[in-house]
Amino acid sequence: MAFRRTCLTAVAASLLIATTAAAQTKLTVYTAVEAEDLKRYAETFNQDHPDIEINWVRDSTGIITAKLLAEKNNPQADVVWGLAATSLLLLKTEGMLEAYAPKGVEKLDPKFVDKSDPPAWVGMDAWVASVCYNTVEAAKLGLTPPKTWKDLTKPEYAGHVIMPNPNSSGTGFLDVSSWLQIFGEDGGWDYMDKLHGNIARYTHSGSKPCKLAAAGEIPIGVSFAFRGAKSKAAGAPLEIIVPEEGVGWDMEATAIVAGTGNLEAAKTLVDWSITRKANEMYNSGYAVVAMPGVAKPVEHFPPSLVDKMIDNDFEFAANNRKAILEEWQKRYDSKSEPKS
Amino acid sequence: MSATAESFQPKRRPVKASLGRDDFVMRGFMVVIALYLLIALALPLYAMLSKSFSTYSFDLEAYEFQVSDEAGRFDTPPVSAASLNETLQAVPPEALATSGDGRLPATSFFPDFSFRSPVLYRIRGSDADAVFLIGSERFTGTQWQEVDSNTFRRVMLRPSRAQGLQNYVTYFSTPSLFQSIENSLFIAALSTVITVSLAFGFAYALSRSCMRFKGFFRLIALAPILVPSLLPGIALVYLFGNQGMIKGLLLGESIYGPIGIVIGSVFFTFPHAMLIITTALAISDARLYEAAESLKASRWKIFWTVTLPGARYGLISAAFVVFNLVITDFGLPKVIGGQYNMLAVDIYKQVIGQQNFEMGAVVSVVLLIPALVAFAVDRQVQKKQVALLSARSVPYQPRPNPRNDWLAFGYCGLVAVFIIGLLAVCQFAALIKFWPYDLSLSLNNYAFDLMDGGGWASYYNSIEMALLTALIGTLVVFTGGYMVEKTKGFNSGRGLFQLLAMLPMAIPGMVLGLAYIFFFNNPQNPLNFFYGTMAILVICTVTHFYTVSHLTAVTALKQMDREFESVAASLKQPFTRLFRVVTVPVCLPTILDISIYLFVNAMTTVSAVVFLYSPTTTLASVAVLNMDDAGDIAPAAAMGMMIFYTNAGARILHLVISKGVLKRTQAWRFR
Repeated sequence: MAFRRTCLTAVAASLLIATTAAAQTKLTVYTAVEAEDLKRYAETFNQDHPDIEINWVRDSTGIITAKLLAEKNNPQADVVWGLAATSLLLLKTEGMLEAYAPKGVEKLDPKFVDKSDPPAWVGMDAWVASVCYNTVEAAKLGLTPPKTWKDLTKPEYAGHVIMPNPNSSGTGFLDVSSWLQIFGEDGGWDYMDKLHGNIARYTHSGSKPCKLAAAGEIPIGVSFAFRGAKSKAAGAPLEIIVPEEGVGWDMEATAIVAGTGNLEAAKTLVDWSITRKANEMYNSGYAVVAMPGVAKPVEHFPPSLVDKMIDNDFEFAANNRKAILEEWQKRYDSKSEPKS
Repeated sequence: MSATAESFQPKRRPVKASLGRDDFVMRGFMVVIALYLLIALALPLYAMLSKSFSTYSFDLEAYEFQVSDEAGRFDTPPVSAASLNETLQAVPPEALATSGDGRLPATSFFPDFSFRSPVLYRIRGSDADAVFLIGSERFTGTQWQEVDSNTFRRVMLRPSRAQGLQNYVTYFSTPSLFQSIENSLFIAALSTVITVSLAFGFAYALSRSCMRFKGFFRLIALAPILVPSLLPGIALVYLFGNQGMIKGLLLGESIYGPIGIVIGSVFFTFPHAMLIITTALAISDARLYEAAESLKASRWKIFWTVTLPGARYGLISAAFVVFNLVITDFGLPKVIGGQYNMLAVDIYKQVIGQQNFEMGAVVSVVLLIPALVAFAVDRQVQKKQVALLSARSVPYQPRPNPRNDWLAFGYCGLVAVFIIGLLAVCQFAALIKFWPYDLSLSLNNYAFDLMDGGGWASYYNSIEMALLTALIGTLVVFTGGYMVEKTKGFNSGRGLFQLLAMLPMAIPGMVLGLAYIFFFNNPQNPLNFFYGTMAILVICTVTHFYTVSHLTAVTALKQMDREFESVAASLKQPFTRLFRVVTVPVCLPTILDISIYLFVNAMTTVSAVVFLYSPTTTLASVAVLNMDDAGDIAPAAAMGMMIFYTNAGARILHLVISKGVLKRTQAWRFR
């Protein structure tokens, strides 16, 4: 390993001498962006800023958030690029983010920018809840496609719905907090009580329900659109359903970690992360991006998705997170009896 | 044994040998390795224990409010939240306890609050440490913050840190949490009964029948040691999941839950139980059988009165080992547990899902208790077993009996089909393009770089980690074993060392990993730089598997007479030379055994390292978990089988080298 690293450094160094004399700055960037996109993001960024090297630290949203919180008094990251806004809000309330208004922030949809001035974080793209529906397996079971969230509580779907556990998955929490916002507090819990009767089981990760639906293991997976589109592109017999009541969403966002030793380079990266070029880059996987007018339709994404995004109250989600999760756990997690 | 002999020396006039340079060097080595165990084991566990007592609560004395009249004038004096609560009883005392993420709306103390009212509010801390939020903005200190009533509903108080038992109270008053204790005990007990019975049958067939292919069966039965414990879970999904190949066999029951966990647990604990019971059966005395037969006892009676009692310590020992393995395992219930909560998974959920490190520490402490009890009982049993071994006995030789031999063969065949079957299903699934819709063969699932978990790099990291663990671990363990065995006198120090060396066996990997976070990720700790490196993974793994390696080393070293040291001393040879020229070559087979044991376990361990890997040190076993977690089940199976082949390769290499070594260095054993 050490040998390989030396080789890489040597190659990188010789390239540097050839192209620019600028010193290479290394940025440690924490991210929850899908593994398959990371390389592309770094390459596109380096086209404009070859002098900044990105050292990715990637894991799922929960783990990266846990890691950042654990390192609260001894931050290892310079920048967080591509983490759920709800998580960044959590970090903000811990005073872990360096407020900074990147150049051109006024061009972004204000929905995608932190309300403080200067903002603590800026959004990249939206990550929207959807239902993955396996047409082949559903036909075998004689199911009709659900149109709304409420439909999912119908008896015909008993044991055929799977969703992520909000206690371990960001997507799961996004679903729960959106239902509480759509149906109101009481209506939301009432809805989940009924839905719970149909759920085969709760998964740990947010993308798993859609992948399980794609594999036909459970025909209906409550997941997010991005994952569904990917599985569909891979050949899974999926339909991506956007429930009519509206869908919850979270955004991937960028922030500078307070206490970074590379503030200038971090600012350069965050400046770049909201450029048109960057937004076009996000658009290849995400149908909704922070800069208005950039997004082109993404293959397999349901066209109605943007209109159905609810007016998500991130502050509500962040401030009530603990209470919501406790209530959820009390209601649905104490049952040890497996169903389906 | 010589240690006991020494303790019988007359106490009144102890013969004190003067300590030579060698003695000091040896004690020095021992102290160094004991220090290692202290830092890598005792201190992290202490850090975890204290974390479990670290609580968060809202300190109402620390906040002051001032409310204006409708015209916006602040005429009334400021009041503290505590005095408001005293009159209102708005927040009951138990609601003041919370976790690190807790928030308390300031409006709780103003029952007639309306966000439309023209009243203005002021809030400040009465000491500098009080923290509150306005929206998502964080404020501290004694400066007044003035907000209108619409903003005031967005004011949240944040908890402060304290010490206490509150976390335990919360744990035992949350049914979804303490239910896991019962679940874990139930699963572990059930798996233990099944595994030990099955393994007993298998071991019995191996040692008491004349069936064919014994070597082959033994090899197959050991195969589960070579894979991570969660791999059988993946195989079971392919067999009995909703799209499973033979799901009809479950008669409509779901594999996700206790059934899946128990079947998988039987798979991965089988070899451990089988090894222990085979050893126990092998030491049975043939003379007892002869006696029984001459007394005309029936075969059935002989089984109950001779065979079982003879093997009872082995059975008890196997039962505790299996129980411990199952209750502390985390990968399997994570993969196939469904909604069935188990303690080890709870730790993961608390720490990773909710970032509630304190509650994770509490569950860890709870998980420690059954593990420690099982460990203590097992130690007692082990002691008795040693006493039994010292009897002089004639080894039992099975006689051919066609009917029984074929029965044994059939039984072992079934077990072998179960084990090979699960592994084959994984390999098959890994090669299928898109189960169950596109059954063509493809290598797509090996494109690990496109999945979560770290890609192929994690595979190479795992090999690097396993090699380092084997190398460093063997060095540390064997040196430690030598020093503790051959140092003269210094009994208290040696006793302490033995205790430290036995402790890792009782510590679940999950708990060790979490303890490492608390200990090494503390910026005040000078060892903080280890955090996130390959070194911490190696240290954690060596420590996790220290006990068995240590026991292996000590057993081999006990066989070498202490006279060697005396002779070396009288020839004025330093012990280092003796160690190099005599001890190591003689013990080489044992040294190789220790290193292969460490290598294989380092490749498959998940629980100990799942909290500790960093992006540059992702591991193959954790990648299996993460890929399964993300729903990439086929690639997870593919990676799991890569681990299997690597370990199988290492085992074969170990066999070849051992044979060579045996020939070169062990010729003296065969006259």
